[in-house]
Amino acid sequence: MGISDLLGGFADAITPVNLLFALLGVVLGTAVGVLPGIGPAMTVALLLPATYVLEPTSALIMFAGIYYGGMYGGSTTSILLNTPGESASIMTALEGNKMAKAGRGSAALATAAIGSFVAGTIATLLLALVAPALVQVAINVTTADYFALAVLAFVAVASVLGSSPLRGLASLCLGLYLGLVGTDVLTGQERFTLGIPQLSDGIDVVVVAVALFAVGESLYVASRLRKGSVQVIDHKGSWMTRNDLRRSWGPWLRGTAFGFPFGVMPAGGAEIPTFLSYATEKKLTKHPEEFGHGAIEGVAGPEAANNASAAGVLVPLLTLGIPTSATAAIILAAFQGYGIQPGPTLLTTEGPLVWALIASLFIGNAMLLVLNLPLVGLWVKLLRIPRPYLYAGILTFASLGSFAVNADPLDLVILMGLGLLGFAMRRFGWPVAPAVIGLILGPIAETNLRRALAISDGDLSVLVDSWFSRVVLLLALLALVGPVVLRAVRGRRATPEESAQQQEDREVQKAGNREGWGA
Amino acid sequence: MPLTRRGFLAGALALPAVSTLAACAGTVVQPGDLSRLRMMVPASPGGGWDTTARTLQRVIQQTGLARNVQVFNVEGAGGTIGIGQLAREDDDALLMMMGLVMVGAIDTNDSTTRLDDVTPIAQLIAETELIVVPADSPYDTLEDFVAGWAADPRGTPIAGGSAGGTDQILAGLLAQAVGIDPVEVNYIAYSGGGESLAALLGNQVAAGISGTADYGPQVQSGDLKGIAVSTADRSSQVPDVPTIIESGYDVEVTNWRGLMARPGMSDGAREDLIGLVTEAHDTDEWAEALDANGWLDTFQTGDEYGEFLAEEETRVRQVLTEIGLIQ
Repeated sequence: MGISDLLGGFADAITPVNLLFALLGVVLGTAVGVLPGIGPAMTVALLLPATYVLEPTSALIMFAGIYYGGMYGGSTTSILLNTPGESASIMTALEGNKMAKAGRGSAALATAAIGSFVAGTIATLLLALVAPALVQVAINVTTADYFALAVLAFVAVASVLGSSPLRGLASLCLGLYLGLVGTDVLTGQERFTLGIPQLSDGIDVVVVAVALFAVGESLYVASRLRKGSVQVIDHKGSWMTRNDLRRSWGPWLRGTAFGFPFGVMPAGGAEIPTFLSYATEKKLTKHPEEFGHGAIEGVAGPEAANNASAAGVLVPLLTLGIPTSATAAIILAAFQGYGIQPGPTLLTTEGPLVWALIASLFIGNAMLLVLNLPLVGLWVKLLRIPRPYLYAGILTFASLGSFAVNADPLDLVILMGLGLLGFAMRRFGWPVAPAVIGLILGPIAETNLRRALAISDGDLSVLVDSWFSRVVLLLALLALVGPVVLRAVRGRRATPEESAQQQEDREVQKAGNREGWGA
Repeated sequence: MPLTRRGFLAGALALPAVSTLAACAGTVVQPGDLSRLRMMVPASPGGGWDTTARTLQRVIQQTGLARNVQVFNVEGAGGTIGIGQLAREDDDALLMMMGLVMVGAIDTNDSTTRLDDVTPIAQLIAETELIVVPADSPYDTLEDFVAGWAADPRGTPIAGGSAGGTDQILAGLLAQAVGIDPVEVNYIAYSGGGESLAALLGNQVAAGISGTADYGPQVQSGDLKGIAVSTADRSSQVPDVPTIIESGYDVEVTNWRGLMARPGMSDGAREDLIGLVTEAHDTDEWAEALDANGWLDTFQTGDEYGEFLAEEETRVRQVLTEIGLIQ
């Protein structure tokens, strides 16, 4: 792969018709990313019939636009409405929504949009230049290595447990339990499905996220409307300040560094890198006091990570013919519709098409930035809508999204049931993020652990068989034990007054959480 | 939320626009009930059933056999949620895609709706299953592999698709045929062809079973060694790979797919659907699609297909019971 091929690809992609399809793709993608429940995979599937009236290049450019656009759109509702449109946008909601409530929604949206652009561009460049070399490394990542990565991610979750580790852990366990519901991948046995067939595929992460975050919050807000006047959110500053920019670029780059390799790994996914990015930024920030109250680093990092991962997914697709996400699988089907056999020989047999596709990713990315930045001002006006209407809108929106997937009323019952749970958690100051993270990580950790042990026929040493696993597990151990040891050392030195002060801070924080608006 | 609505509307408007455009390409031959046809895919977008349904949709619309064909997905439980929904339908112009996997899923999920509760229309196609080993595996042929497998079944992990699916059924049938207790088969279920492919390319498992569409390109490029195909004849996609029967074991499995319709429909309505599917099957466009996807033409309709289904039910139930997936 080289620069000259890429330039050739640009020449093919920059035709008025192809630009139009790229635009159509990113607009559609943004729209479906915003709607919880309707993802890019379903959209591309619905548009598959287009492949028999369109040129292959045009169709694939449109599909790639939808794919990238979906990653952009998911962040908008996360930030403004605390309603993640995609599972990879859940971490964005944590700090992003706090920022929006503090009147800094524009800055959050801007750092998400620019971060996505930066990450998408760097990752697409990596896709063009180092894909074949990288994929050889990624293919050797074993199931035991994935388990090690999941363990590391679990440790990273400690950073979102909130002020009370006990409540945080309880919430995490709730998520782990919800993750068990469904058919066991390895044996095909059903677990905790209560004999309801709709539960046999498990509970959709997006439904849980929307229920706990959005429905729970709407109910909470509704429960407090009668008490006192409703404060209107001030919307300060229209954009990122120079300080915001200075605090964002580091997380953008680190987020890209997390996201891209995970995308390349056949079972990496887009979620784990967002967890790791969030945890890293929280550790590295010079403003740790802002985390949990709207730290811009906590938006910039995860948003960059999920977009970089989206580009990474195309590496195994284009170089090995391995689809590692649902959308990638359908783009693969589109290739096949044209009689193009994706796989190891794709680049040699269909070089110009692949390069036009990669070039269009750059174009689509730039279009997304141009499309999204000017809209930031418009989006934040959403928050000016009077609360009762806004939250009624969110409830409608969340229900529509959950119902749209299967048109099954039971999905609404699950949504509302979990929404009530989310309300209760909010009311009593339990953090909801660990529950969603547990739901995502639990099955990854369990499946890979059991798969690794099945392959080794029960030999536990398989878990530390590769250098990759050893390094990752060691990192996890350090991250887990390090702070405890440090605290123990410091605690012995701390004077009683200091401890009392810390205790007091914690109480204040808890009270703040209970207030619901996170201070 | 003004932009959301606008964006969503734009999407909603674009979809029918594209399909209308497509439908206009051909002329409408068959008016009446079936000009507006619905096709249910009881699985997620992107899988085998989905691809087959959308290919049929394309052929029917391109050739003008029906003006508008709508494909929709009802995901879950190996397709048993879809078949349950089909049993409650009263629309005659509704087809449901299904296949071998659903036969097993009905038993493993203890589904209340069974195959004989709905109306068989036609078997459309079948895919060949391909057994592969990593490129630097010590085994070059199925006989080699079976010798190593029989010596240490637990230490010979075999990767494939979801538990109880075609791949595991083939693993179980092959084990029976070579004298290995099916319970001893160390079958590692992956959720898709992509994930198990990665495990094979990374040399983590001893062998893998999936459709020729999933592993074929890697066998052609030499990244994997194909050691057997599961059908009676060799596959045009990997012509150098012998059949299991050629290698001396009496096992034949095709991953077939077909169409069902709602229960209790009139003979006339059933004949109309069979007629439509038969016409689609006889087009050049369908022949091209078979060729492009490497599908076998296993077309059969109505009662003949119903009898075939009954035989498959018996065979699948028996092997899944021996593997221990059905108690």
